[in-house]
Amino acid sequence: MKSKIDIKNLNLFIGKQQILKNVNVQIPENKITIILGPSGCGKTTLLKSLNRLTDLYEDVKVSGEIIIDNEDILHSSQDVTAIRKKMGLLAQRPYPLPMSIYKNVAYGIRISESENKKTIPQRVEHHLKQVNLWDEVKDRLNSPASRLSIGQQQRLCLARGLAVNPEIILADEPTSALDPISSQAIEEKFIELKEQYTVVMVTHILRQARRIADYVIFMYLGEVVECGTAEEFFTNPKEEKTKAYIKGAFN
Amino acid sequence: MSVFSRKFRDKTALFWMIISLVILLLMPILLAIGLYLKSLPILNGQSFWELISESDWKPMQGKFGFLPFITSSLWVTFLSVIIAAPVCILTAIYLTQYARKKVLAFMHPVIDILAGLPSVIYGVWGVLIVVPFISKTVAPFFGLQTSGYTILAGAIVLSIMVIPFILNILIEVFRTIPEELTEASLSVGATKWETIKYVLLKKAYPGIISATGLGVARAFGETIAVLMVVGNVVKVPSSIFDSGYPLPALIANNYGEMLSIPKYDSALMLAALILFGIVLLFNFLSRMAIIRSEKNQ
Ligand SMILES: Nc1ncnc2c1ncn2[C@@H]1O[C@H](COP(=O)(O)OP(=O)(O)O)[C@@H](O)[C@H]1O
Ligand SMILES: [Mg+2]
Repeated sequence: MKSKIDIKNLNLFIGKQQILKNVNVQIPENKITIILGPSGCGKTTLLKSLNRLTDLYEDVKVSGEIIIDNEDILHSSQDVTAIRKKMGLLAQRPYPLPMSIYKNVAYGIRISESENKKTIPQRVEHHLKQVNLWDEVKDRLNSPASRLSIGQQQRLCLARGLAVNPEIILADEPTSALDPISSQAIEEKFIELKEQYTVVMVTHILRQARRIADYVIFMYLGEVVECGTAEEFFTNPKEEKTKAYIKGAFN
Repeated sequence: MSVFSRKFRDKTALFWMIISLVILLLMPILLAIGLYLKSLPILNGQSFWELISESDWKPMQGKFGFLPFITSSLWVTFLSVIIAAPVCILTAIYLTQYARKKVLAFMHPVIDILAGLPSVIYGVWGVLIVVPFISKTVAPFFGLQTSGYTILAGAIVLSIMVIPFILNILIEVFRTIPEELTEASLSVGATKWETIKYVLLKKAYPGIISATGLGVARAFGETIAVLMVVGNVVKVPSSIFDSGYPLPALIANNYGEMLSIPKYDSALMLAALILFGIVLLFNFLSRMAIIRSEKNQ
């Protein structure tokens, strides 16, 4: 199993509060890795450290290493925008940019690639097809993205992230605002996407983790309690906390 | 207390709340009707259009042209908002996107204090600082000579007065934009400035329009501070270095005096009605603009 992201001794403080405590995990390439744990345990924070959105927090201190493609992105000479472009982000609720459907997908391409303006329409079409949205929106590409249903908006946000050709997809409880059918569409999409991308998804829904996880990271109070393949994790958990969590003791 | 008397109190409280609401809603209508009735004498003599497009103001001879006052008001108001709006937008962006939370927490009461200062203080500041600055520095720079009591002085004083008002609204506008929108933009590789330019400003656009429109409406009615520095010369201004005579100044300077002149008080009432109408119009237009641009997001 080849690892795509290698997190070593990651500690994160906000002010005096320690949010992440000595996190050491490897995230495998072309797999779906699920970060699991009760609310407030630091799942979102861990996910956001991967693309340095934690830089936005006030009074944040990070130590340790996050190695992606042989480069420690926490201490990189690379521009942070280039690091972020490697990862598409899907949030808890869809946040379409205040512009048309077309421009939402084209946004990242336009901003980061000054060449090939001509290919943008094709690329927008390709990525909308990639998330199965094309047929639903091809006649109204210029209408505001906010007019789409929530489920459609979330797929649009996925297309927006895919448009800059990332290698990793980060998703923070991406189905929590969606109806069951839209949620299923996202889950199925992720299973499809892992052929080409490394997927890291946060959830607190155990059943969802069972359905799609290849690899599980279980967190509790800022620490990684246990991590391993989904099979090991669900059938043969080692830690007491994990066993309790799987039984539903935390909910 | 018996159930009956408690219920009775409940009912009376509700009754008074509704009465207050009705009074509040009726106020502007009654005000407009009152002003209209009072200005009937002058409106019966001449057409409204004629009155507002004439620039001759000779009450003794029965000539009432409102154009100088209306244009002065428009000049001062728009110039002030043109100065204030960019300052407010940049400040709001800085305070909400760049500054530490503590700075914003510190600035909030400061802005409130500035917004609450009596306007005469701004007027005095204008007379002591802005007017001499214009006559000694700005005008000579352009090769002009003026007393300093100009449209420009009025606009500067007015812009300082509306800045806290517009800024307060804009801070709220930018603060309520969800952080996830910023994160979405950053995560596809945008820089912070690109995010502000292409996403946040766009999202804030309806709010910016509304804040600016409300600023215009407020600036239009401001009286004392402006009349202290604007010169009060009845003439259609042709440059920002001319003196002007805005509508509120006309009313404030003259009401209660020279009312023996026929139709004079009626003319002042019409001035008030025009002022009222224009302020309403700006409020209405800015609200329309908000609704339209919200639909297009
Ligand atoms: N911007 C922030 N400032 C201060 N504390 C924060 C911030 N974001 C998250 N936290 C704290 O960090 C802890 C972990 O939060 P989070 O990563 O959002 O957990 P999860 O996603 O697992 O629910 C929580 O105790 C939360 O209060
Ligand atoms: Mg979370």
